[in-house]
Amino acid sequence: MRTRIDTSLALLAPAGLVLAVAALGSQLGAVRQLEFNNALVNVAIVVALYVFIGNSGVISFGHVSFVAVGAYLSGILTLGAEQKDFVIPTMFPFLRHAHTGTTFSLVLAAAAGAMFALVVGVPLMRLSGLPAGIATFAVLGITYNILSYWQKIGPGVTSLSLVPESGIWTLTGGTLIVIAVAFAYARSRFGRRLRATREDPQAAQSAGIDVHRERLYAFVISGALAGFAGGLLVHELGSITTDQVYLELTFTTLAMLVVGGVSSLWGAVIGALAISALNSFLADAEQGVHIGFHLQVPSGTRLVTIGVVMSAVVILRPSGLTGGREARLPRLRRG
Amino acid sequence: MTFLQSVIDAIALGAVYSVVALAIGLVFGVMRLINLAYGELITAGAFTLAYLSNEPAIVAILACFGVVAGLALVQGFVFQPLRGTSPATMLVATFGVSYLLQNVYFLAFGSQGKAIGTLGGLNGAIAVGSLRIRWISIVALIAGAALLAVTALILNRTTVGLQIRAAAIDFRTARLLGVRANQVIAFAFLYSGLLAAAVAVLLTVQSPLATPDFGVQVTIFALVGVVVGGLDRLWTATLGGFAIGFATSLVGSELPSSSSVYLPSVIYGLVILVLLLRPGGLFAGSRATLAERV
Repeated sequence: MRTRIDTSLALLAPAGLVLAVAALGSQLGAVRQLEFNNALVNVAIVVALYVFIGNSGVISFGHVSFVAVGAYLSGILTLGAEQKDFVIPTMFPFLRHAHTGTTFSLVLAAAAGAMFALVVGVPLMRLSGLPAGIATFAVLGITYNILSYWQKIGPGVTSLSLVPESGIWTLTGGTLIVIAVAFAYARSRFGRRLRATREDPQAAQSAGIDVHRERLYAFVISGALAGFAGGLLVHELGSITTDQVYLELTFTTLAMLVVGGVSSLWGAVIGALAISALNSFLADAEQGVHIGFHLQVPSGTRLVTIGVVMSAVVILRPSGLTGGREARLPRLRRG
Repeated sequence: MTFLQSVIDAIALGAVYSVVALAIGLVFGVMRLINLAYGELITAGAFTLAYLSNEPAIVAILACFGVVAGLALVQGFVFQPLRGTSPATMLVATFGVSYLLQNVYFLAFGSQGKAIGTLGGLNGAIAVGSLRIRWISIVALIAGAALLAVTALILNRTTVGLQIRAAAIDFRTARLLGVRANQVIAFAFLYSGLLAAAVAVLLTVQSPLATPDFGVQVTIFALVGVVVGGLDRLWTATLGGFAIGFATSLVGSELPSSSSVYLPSVIYGLVILVLLLRPGGLFAGSRATLAERV
């Protein structure tokens, strides 16, 4: 009985929390709502990261490239032809003529993320530990470099703008889909096998698990979710630059995952919401805010504080706020 | 002749990169930790030089060494608890500290950067035949070679060098035989800091503007060189650092800018290729591997 409740809580608690956040956000004014939208999209990206990093125990600095590809594809597809002539005059003709609605562009963003992850993952999933970290970082560097300069596929260093913006409930729906897929994957036999390789690669291999293949499955699913989340990101912001999907996003999303607890869906959601809240609060405080007294901190405090929090959590409590456990009923301590 | 000139500049930059690679390899040997926050040591040195531009050069340089060495010791102290944790944890932690320090610099000094006047005279050139060789190229080359030689002497001829080498081979056994873990780690970080200060002095002559991300690019590229060369041994790591510095400088000056903007992609692609085909590094023996593969 208790196990069954705990199993459903592992899905219902994160989904419920996201819904509650969305409901709260939808009651607020437009400016404040932007921060909630941002938090919801962060949850989607961090959960996508969790699917691979959390279940495999292998670090990836490269997921933001899938976010970037999803964001650019989804953004470009939803622009009208004359808008494209204005924003991206030098683009390939087939991209110029392609046009879809937001929903279908999100599906294509997920497909693009999955394809990219497959191409990258086939060779790279043989690596683990330090080489995996460096190789995925290299993938991020290449994506950033090409997106910044190749003006046939995007606007280069200038901003991709005029993208239609989505409301809070569309974003919430997208985030809930990401959470549901992540939950289903973790409960599936594939997720269990991959976690076995995380705990002990040799033992898992000797039990007949193909480590490379299991990692690749997770990487592709996680790439699809990251591409999808990228689509959400561009429709949340309405515009995007390559710098917005590079080091800072990599840093903040990894910080969210680590602070919440890498190895659980609950940790990913908690971490994303907690850091987003801290982020919004500090952004306010940089402008000056009243919390009983007037608080004004210098501009830049935001990232410094988040850096301190992340570094402190990694060094002092590597399993994160949730200890890497799923949401569950509080347990009585057995005597 | 301009090609020969590019080659000389490339050798000089290669010397600087090899020093960075040496420092990264040294800390990695002792702690199995890639310090992604190494570039922020160089940046600290650059800002120290920038703020002491009006002082005599020797004062500014000594202060630069002092500040950077101090910060390196702090880094060593902060990273000490990470010894023995998973590579993923270490990467995330040093990545976090790197980002943290960059934002601290941003907060303290602003994003505009601060000009550095110290040693600007070294940008002058001497004519050798039709070649014009800048003083800084000569200084960088000599300083790089000297630092490598001194490091080799320390590692091979002193007690602390012996301890570092022992710790790099087998940390636990070294401790059992009386090597003090904290001291060796602290020394490795301190020494890597002194090297960072030297690199800061050399780099600021060529690019005399201290910005919060001053040390990032050289560190990323040197790290790439270390991985390409092979992390397991110091000399291969250093050679890799030299190769990457040499290659980027030469390609950057010889290619037209419409192609050279894609240089990072080529370099990152090369890294991935080396990691896949020769995980122990280009110059490593066939038996050496960086990690188990699946």
